Amino acid sequence: MFDLDRWLEIFQTIRKNKLRTALSGFTIAFAILLFTLLFGVGNGLKHTFEKQFAGDSQNSIYIRSGRTTKPYKGLQSGRTIQFRNDDSKFMNEEFEDKIQYFSPNIERFMQAIYKGEQNNYTVRGVYPDYQPLESAVIQDGRFLTYLDIEKRAKVVAIGRLVEKDLFGVLSAVGKNINLEGISYKVVGVFNDPGGDNDERFIYTPFTTFQGMYKPNDEIDRFGLTFNPSLTVDEALAFSNLLTKMLKEKHNIDPRDQGAIRVQNYAEGTKNVQAFMMVLNIIILFIGIGTLVAGIIGISNIMVYIVKERTKELGIRKALGATPNSIVGMIMMESIFITALAGYSGLLIGVFTLKAIGKSLEKYFILNPSVETYVVIGATIVLVIAGTIAGYIPAKRAAGIKPIVALNDE
Amino acid sequence: MIKIEKLHKSYPIGKDSLHVLKGLDLHIKEGEFVAIMGSSGSGKSTLLNIVGLLDNHDEGNYYLNGQLIENLDEKKAAILRNKFLGFVFQSFNLITYKTAVENVALPLYYQGVGRAERQKIALQYLNKVGLKDRANHLPNELSGGEKQRVAVARALATQPKVVLADEPTGALDSATSASVMQLLKDINREGMTVFVITHEEDIAEQTDRIVRLKDGVIISDEKVNKTVNA
Repeated sequence: MFDLDRWLEIFQTIRKNKLRTALSGFTIAFAILLFTLLFGVGNGLKHTFEKQFAGDSQNSIYIRSGRTTKPYKGLQSGRTIQFRNDDSKFMNEEFEDKIQYFSPNIERFMQAIYKGEQNNYTVRGVYPDYQPLESAVIQDGRFLTYLDIEKRAKVVAIGRLVEKDLFGVLSAVGKNINLEGISYKVVGVFNDPGGDNDERFIYTPFTTFQGMYKPNDEIDRFGLTFNPSLTVDEALAFSNLLTKMLKEKHNIDPRDQGAIRVQNYAEGTKNVQAFMMVLNIIILFIGIGTLVAGIIGISNIMVYIVKERTKELGIRKALGATPNSIVGMIMMESIFITALAGYSGLLIGVFTLKAIGKSLEKYFILNPSVETYVVIGATIVLVIAGTIAGYIPAKRAAGIKPIVALNDE
Repeated sequence: MIKIEKLHKSYPIGKDSLHVLKGLDLHIKEGEFVAIMGSSGSGKSTLLNIVGLLDNHDEGNYYLNGQLIENLDEKKAAILRNKFLGFVFQSFNLITYKTAVENVALPLYYQGVGRAERQKIALQYLNKVGLKDRANHLPNELSGGEKQRVAVARALATQPKVVLADEPTGALDSATSASVMQLLKDINREGMTVFVITHEEDIAEQTDRIVRLKDGVIISDEKVNKTVNA
């Protein structure tokens, strides 16, 4: 394969025929450049969109109770519905295979104090499963554990902004904060992609909190995520069934919208997914369109190049070039040019995206970039297209009788 | 060297076919200097193409260097051309982007000769045709006569058995024609078989033997009286 003489011959041809080289190189480089830029910008739009919906787990469902609005089974309307620990048990038993993470939840707005610094925060009694529900990320220490639940430990995990408010530049982990007279040890600090509000929460073990601030076994709300293997439609069906069974359990009219409120992110997810799909199709369409334009361009140029060289090829044949050596020469030349040009188009595209990426943020284009394998794949497609496009006329040129080629003026 | 027996060739023209060569018999021995003469349409170019393995014949036998030419595919033809034949064309047919020395070296490249060796041999033959100082010029920097001499050097570079020249002086003025013919005569004197196609009487006169072709048949085949030229 590697024959220095052959390559020297090809390099000479490439060097001495600048227009030809420039034409085919430019076509490929430009196609890849356009492909990279359009694809990158499309991905940037996608990234912006994804970020907008990154706050909570995409498959979460929140359930809270309220007052009934319809009389039912002899019970009056206006009755307050209260969730209790047995609802927690009921849901876990009924829907074991559908639920991924589950946490009952009690919340109170409380004053927190650390060495003279004080502020008011929402404090939530939760299970360890609550962390993935909120998409909270531990940046220091740990989150709550089942051991904390079991021991009813007086520990808290605090948001990044709580730490900043109360501890300034110091680390909060291991220190004690005071929540309305009771001292809690900070075991972890978390951040949350959901934003500032979500970073001003304080989490404490559910059992600790329930025992201390709630009469008996009352629960404010439930947070859960459904099994991610469920489709959006299955997830919606699941939450409808869950609602129906809870209403039955609490003797609520099935048509009563007020007593139990279910917030299912799957609904939003469905819209987001539909939009993303449309966006993906548009990006794909642009990508394929650019590639096809590039393929047509390089094919035309290869036909033109071989046509232009007919006489030269005739001379070469008269001097003893075999048909295979003619085809091989044209192929190697075209592969070399297209691969090199494709690679430079790729580099220019990637660097352009890097350079202008920041300035596009105000147009809702975030981190415009293309996966390396996509561009390399596109380049390979064009190189192959150029090769095939070159092969057909080259094969024909190699088959022409030299005398015909020589008479071609 | 070249032996042709009852050679026929026709070209399809639409539904009909044009019978160009109608049973030629020709024997050219090693070291001969032969001119094929004829007006256009006489079939002389067709004959050269067949002899030059640039085209194949329909009927009859063709022996090149004692070897019967038959069932020739493009690859075999290319190898035989490279090995036995050197071409000189009316329109020179030099590769425009290659220098004189590169053009001369090209047939050696297809013979698989190494780069340095090619360069050396090519320069040697350029020297022989008196163009060593023009070695690194491109064809468009050379005069018509110089181009044709480069072509002759290229034809000789592989040390072929036969040099085939198709109207070698057709595009040249009479002074340069004379120098190119002198070159061919010199080559012939060194033992090379030279086969020239021409329609010019005074060019044919300078060879040793004139074969006249008309309408696809040989009408005369005679030795040139050398005493006239001497």
